[in-house]
Amino acid sequence: MRVTEKDVSYVADLANLELTEQERQRMLKDLNSILDYIDRLNELDTNNVPPMAQISGLATNENGAAPLRDDVLSLCLPHTDAMKNAPETDGEFFKVPKVIEK
Amino acid sequence: MDLKNLTIESARTAIAEKRIAPSALVEDFYKKIKADDPEIHAFLTLCEDRAFAQANHIEDLISKGNPLPPLAGVPVGIKDVMVTKGTRTTAGSKILEHFIPPYDSTAVAKLEAAGAIVLGKLNCDEFAMGSSNENSAYGPVHNPRDKSRVPGGSSGGSAAAVAAGTAVATLGSDTGGSIRQPASFCGVVGLMPTYGRVSRYGLIAFASSLDHIGPLTKTVKDAAILLGVIAGHDPMDSTSANMPVPDYVADLSKPVRGLKVGIPKEYFAEGLDAQVRTAIEAGIANLASAGCEIIPISLPHTAYAIPTYYVIATAEASANLARYDGVRYGYRSKSARTLSEMYRKSRDEGFGAEVKRRIMLGTYALSSGYYDAYYLKAQRVRTLLTRDFEQAFQKVDAIVTPTAPTPAFRLGEKADDPLSMYLADIYTVTADLAGVPGISVPCGTTQAGLPIGLQILGRHFDESTVLRVAAAVEQC
Repeated sequence: MRVTEKDVSYVADLANLELTEQERQRMLKDLNSILDYIDRLNELDTNNVPPMAQISGLATNENGAAPLRDDVLSLCLPHTDAMKNAPETDGEFFKVPKVIEK
Repeated sequence: MDLKNLTIESARTAIAEKRIAPSALVEDFYKKIKADDPEIHAFLTLCEDRAFAQANHIEDLISKGNPLPPLAGVPVGIKDVMVTKGTRTTAGSKILEHFIPPYDSTAVAKLEAAGAIVLGKLNCDEFAMGSSNENSAYGPVHNPRDKSRVPGGSSGGSAAAVAAGTAVATLGSDTGGSIRQPASFCGVVGLMPTYGRVSRYGLIAFASSLDHIGPLTKTVKDAAILLGVIAGHDPMDSTSANMPVPDYVADLSKPVRGLKVGIPKEYFAEGLDAQVRTAIEAGIANLASAGCEIIPISLPHTAYAIPTYYVIATAEASANLARYDGVRYGYRSKSARTLSEMYRKSRDEGFGAEVKRRIMLGTYALSSGYYDAYYLKAQRVRTLLTRDFEQAFQKVDAIVTPTAPTPAFRLGEKADDPLSMYLADIYTVTADLAGVPGISVPCGTTQAGLPIGLQILGRHFDESTVLRVAAAVEQC
């Protein structure tokens, strides 16, 4: 087993997931079986193969960079619309649990 | 009006000739949805106010004698991963159960500008992650052709609604096969355009380098009509291609005689259901009779497509789904006391099992010490997979394969084994990785009457040839 219980905890931390004990056990089993399958990629020698960065190559300009639009002023989402889906708000700001204790 | 067999063409003609008023047609569709959909569960949200407002707008155009746009009065459904202003959009997830988008996705805006009437939002696997629609937080979709079976996924609702006749046509999204595989399972046409052909603005992101929006329809011609409406450059999506959009419908009338059609041996190997094989071989024979030159080819890296896909797609998903933090929109856990706990609990309670599995896998593949071994390795193999197609398309104009290795499987059959579920996409993922267009078109049924889909793949931005070959298969 390449993925250990400790790895599952570490990755869950990185991903901001908590996972129940039952979920962790299931994750341990699933990740190991999927990664075993993914291992078959190592059958291929890819030392001289560049990693793909762009699918169709069309979204780049002649220098290979992403195209930039002109920097012009335009309307953006109004503040009131942007706040409408907030789980908790004081009308002006998003509210979250207190971060810094006094 | 026979709603089940209504196409974009016949609906628009009936409306233009005033045989039925758009609002009456919409009423008929809602009646059918309310009668038939409880057993199928393709719809998650009905937007009746939106639909009748659009119907009235089309009636206005008709009464004033104004020219009618190309989809005037055509009732459609939208996979619930495309945001719709003022109409709830869930992505099949509990985490977006009450999300009311403040803007429209470009594809939906284009459909409505062309006169289409959006009836509602369609069920799908959570965040489009799945091949059976069983990962929806709102319950599975049942295949209209056999309700004990899955409709495929992740655009299961989009395929089922077309098959059941509860929408004339629908939009779906395809990241690893999610338009073509359900089209195959439900016996409808499903088209994944070239990456960049259709704007992804307003498509809830799963894997940004693999996500495509495309139509599911009853006929190839309808798919050509819809693609013509939604295709084109969009300043809101910098990956959308600034390329002219051909007249796909006009191109359909070009003959297929003389086209070179490649048959990759890797798609007919072990694991292909015998009845599916027979049907696809018959479809290929029909193309030969229609004058296509059939050429055996090889796409040698095909066996590596699924492992490549599950590294890249999950890595991108883990980054894209980091935005669901319970702060600006979406579900927030009630029981959290600290900010960090709020993130964790909101995500834990809001995401389903498959989504968490993919976030974990993707986070692992991108984590320090594993990035080169998994993510970079997969991107290198992705280059090899793309070269396979480049070399093949020097010899042939289109590639024909089965869409899926089996017909629709039973609900619950693969639900406990993620790996066996992933293999349902074995013939479709490679096109997503290479960004080439693909279509699934009905090609016979099994002895039990389950639909079988034939897949046609084409060169980048050559949807015209893909559609043309599909039309030839359809006519057989």
